[in-house]
Amino acid sequence: MQVTIQLNGRPYTAETAPDTQLLHFLRDAGCKSVKCGCETSGCGLCTVHMDGKPVLSCSVLAGQADGHTVTTLEGLQKEAEEFGGFLADQGGEQCGFCSPGFIMSVLAMGKELGADATDEEIREYLEGNLCRCTGYQSQLRAIRAWLAAKEGKAE
Amino acid sequence: MKYVNQAIRKVDAMSLVTGKPVYTGDMVPANTLMVKMLRSPHAHALIEEIDTAAALKVPGVVAVFTYKDVPQSRFTTAGQTYPEPSPYDRLILDRRLRCVGDPVALVAAETEAAAAKAVGLIKVKYQVLEPLLDFTQAKDNPILVHPEEDFKALCPVGADNKRNLCSTDCMENGDVEAELATCPVVIERTFYTKANNQAMMEPFVTFSYLDEYGRLTLVSSTQVPFHVRRILSNALEMSKANIRVIKPRIGGGFGAKQSAVSEVYPAFVTMKTGRPACLCFTRQESQANGSPRHQMRVTVRIGADEDGTIRAMDVKALSNAGAYGEHGPTTVGLVGTKSISLYGSLKAARFSSEVVYSNTMGAGAYRGYGATQGIFAVESTVNELAAQLGMDPCAIREKNMVRLGQKFAMYYGEDCTSCTLDKCMETAKKMMDWDNKAPRRVLENGHIRAVGVAMAMQGSGISGVDIGSVEIRLNDDGFYTLLVGCTDMGTGCDTILTQMAADCLDCPMENISVRGVDTDQSPYDCGSYASSTTYVTGMAVVKACAQLREKILAQGAKMLDVPADTAEFDGGRVFVPGTDREVSLSAIGYASFEGHARCISACESHSSPVSPPPMMVGMAEIDLDPETGKIQLMDYVAAVDCGTVVNKNLARVQTEGGIVQGIGMALYEDIQYTKAGRMMNDSFLQYRIPTRLEAGAIRVEFESSYEPSGPFGAKSIGELVINTPAPAILGAIQNATGVAFHTLPVKPEDVVMALRNKAE
Repeated sequence: MQVTIQLNGRPYTAETAPDTQLLHFLRDAGCKSVKCGCETSGCGLCTVHMDGKPVLSCSVLAGQADGHTVTTLEGLQKEAEEFGGFLADQGGEQCGFCSPGFIMSVLAMGKELGADATDEEIREYLEGNLCRCTGYQSQLRAIRAWLAAKEGKAE
Repeated sequence: MKYVNQAIRKVDAMSLVTGKPVYTGDMVPANTLMVKMLRSPHAHALIEEIDTAAALKVPGVVAVFTYKDVPQSRFTTAGQTYPEPSPYDRLILDRRLRCVGDPVALVAAETEAAAAKAVGLIKVKYQVLEPLLDFTQAKDNPILVHPEEDFKALCPVGADNKRNLCSTDCMENGDVEAELATCPVVIERTFYTKANNQAMMEPFVTFSYLDEYGRLTLVSSTQVPFHVRRILSNALEMSKANIRVIKPRIGGGFGAKQSAVSEVYPAFVTMKTGRPACLCFTRQESQANGSPRHQMRVTVRIGADEDGTIRAMDVKALSNAGAYGEHGPTTVGLVGTKSISLYGSLKAARFSSEVVYSNTMGAGAYRGYGATQGIFAVESTVNELAAQLGMDPCAIREKNMVRLGQKFAMYYGEDCTSCTLDKCMETAKKMMDWDNKAPRRVLENGHIRAVGVAMAMQGSGISGVDIGSVEIRLNDDGFYTLLVGCTDMGTGCDTILTQMAADCLDCPMENISVRGVDTDQSPYDCGSYASSTTYVTGMAVVKACAQLREKILAQGAKMLDVPADTAEFDGGRVFVPGTDREVSLSAIGYASFEGHARCISACESHSSPVSPPPMMVGMAEIDLDPETGKIQLMDYVAAVDCGTVVNKNLARVQTEGGIVQGIGMALYEDIQYTKAGRMMNDSFLQYRIPTRLEAGAIRVEFESSYEPSGPFGAKSIGELVINTPAPAILGAIQNATGVAFHTLPVKPEDVVMALRNKAE
């Protein structure tokens, strides 16, 4: 079947099997930031934005995304660098394999939660993004610094 | 020191956080064959017949390989220095299947879908054999896991495949039985740990191809590229000279990738077909057929005086190698050496071990490498001893812990040359407010808040075995290339080695281009394991930089036409003090590229005769709901002595991450098998690693000693940090409930059942 999505601001069309997961469709399209970590919707590594909302691309068929807008970290390089700088300043990326999916969730969270969000709210929002390296503390420190800086800028 | 001991961003951080295609799976070339395995559904079986005809007819399938097609030399996938202590007990594909998931056949196809389809069409007739699943019954069991005659142990580790023994050992300092006989208090406890999975986010993945010289080239997510070269040469019966291994960025290893879990299969396909080949494990495969922690039973006997003086310790470990012996003989040694040696008060100590084969997943290296299991058992026993004597668990440790200048009780005869374990205890107590919180308090809602403590140590490399090497080159314009053979797997060694080099060469880090591993280009390094990179390879950096400075000085002095001993090098120029005569590093760099017999470079290796242990104290505060048994970690504090902290960020993050892995081991991560031997916890849905909700708050402080044999006074950090959570958390549970648990993980139902039994 033919699938057309608006991918990172540009139309993208490809022929694919009906059972192709969006995850693999996107990787085949060159979006290698989208990582496969578990195949059971349990790790958050393949998080992308569909119509602006975070989704697990392993749990969406490419066909279901037909006609929708899909954004991966390749399409959010400026934002990735901005938040990623805070993460890097904490050493919170470590191996980095979970970073793209995690950052996609953080960027979505940034639209919903402000600097007054509690640590618990942040943890709950990001619970689905696993990380085996960092123990999560450095990521929380990075998020706090980023949210505070964002708010500082907005004022 | 400008960079060492600072919080420096990792040199590769921005490419990682912007999602650049820098991992193995991101670089697979077009036209690569995708490899899939048919895996055994049986824990123990022989292949009677195998029919691949239907599979070969699937469009896109290029080849199907079975045990009939592979070389017949047994090998080990353990990434260890030759001769490996792990027995040579594997074939690429074997007629005998020793665990569920053991590879039966390899399919190579143009697409993953075609390969998967073909896997389903291979017809196999199995002779199903009774499996040996209970490792406590393995020794001398009539069911033999490795009956083969060509089983081979290169080292005298006490292996005997006709008894299901992968290794046996016993070491004793002093007379343990005599000492125990005179101790007024003797406590004996037995503990069980699981085959925890590293669960690194990037599963095992490798691709291979023949390069322009016709040589086999592997790109792989590995911690041990040079060992992989040898393993492939053994497995494929080909010359090492024709193999090149490249390590790109790695999505986590934690020891899993210290075994060549995925490498031999695509390499075999490439050699057979001439085509590029890629094998990427699914998460299910990574969980069920990876290289997890050795499941163990550890028995601890401690003899003490009434006042809490610990005089004798006897530790006995039974370790489950599973189907194959990777890292079996070596992991078990750490169970004793790195737990017993925490105590400086011992008059006698003994450690005996057996490692057995069974028809469960083959184990491997996992952060902590046996020390984790041993420290869990010993520290838990000490917690119970303290309770029995009515002592505070911190006080009993303060009375007995190893101190600076002592000889370790059981640590290869090594002395304690750097140690702030006493300060770590003091700091951790302050951080936790221990004296006010210990042992427990009951909240208004009936929940119990309790605290627990444990100490830990690890090594810094394998003494007298591990080798770290670096090469540093001066280039035109005065920038440096730093070639390292150790493997950054997210741990940041590319960064910390650059920090060290920059300080040694008095230059900005930006002037140094670091390059990770390519066995054709990097100097030999055994790889990143055994907590070796900072301590061992770091020292190679220090030595190479010293040598390079001399060469720069000599070249500069020659250009100034003065004797070298009258000139100095300050990082930017060679100059004659007290004069205006100087030549810039840039000019020296250019000059070294013009009309000289040799360019300016230095290559140094380092191996340490000792392995100075980093030390730490960890304390857990838990909230336990006696109604449901639910345990929530409220607070975890850690005071760590890793010698000089080379990178404050990375050491902290290592500590926090290791602690959360330890929390998972203590409370969540379970491995269960069906009666037929299939692992049930083979996905992230069933194998629950801690999320950020379960990690709680973790606070880390460093109490740095200065290790004289380490670079800038540094010791290791990587493995140490996983060792305290299990005993500290179980100590807290014991303080909360009065019940001591001996089997990991402790789940809510275990707590409720124990409380019910206690009430009856």
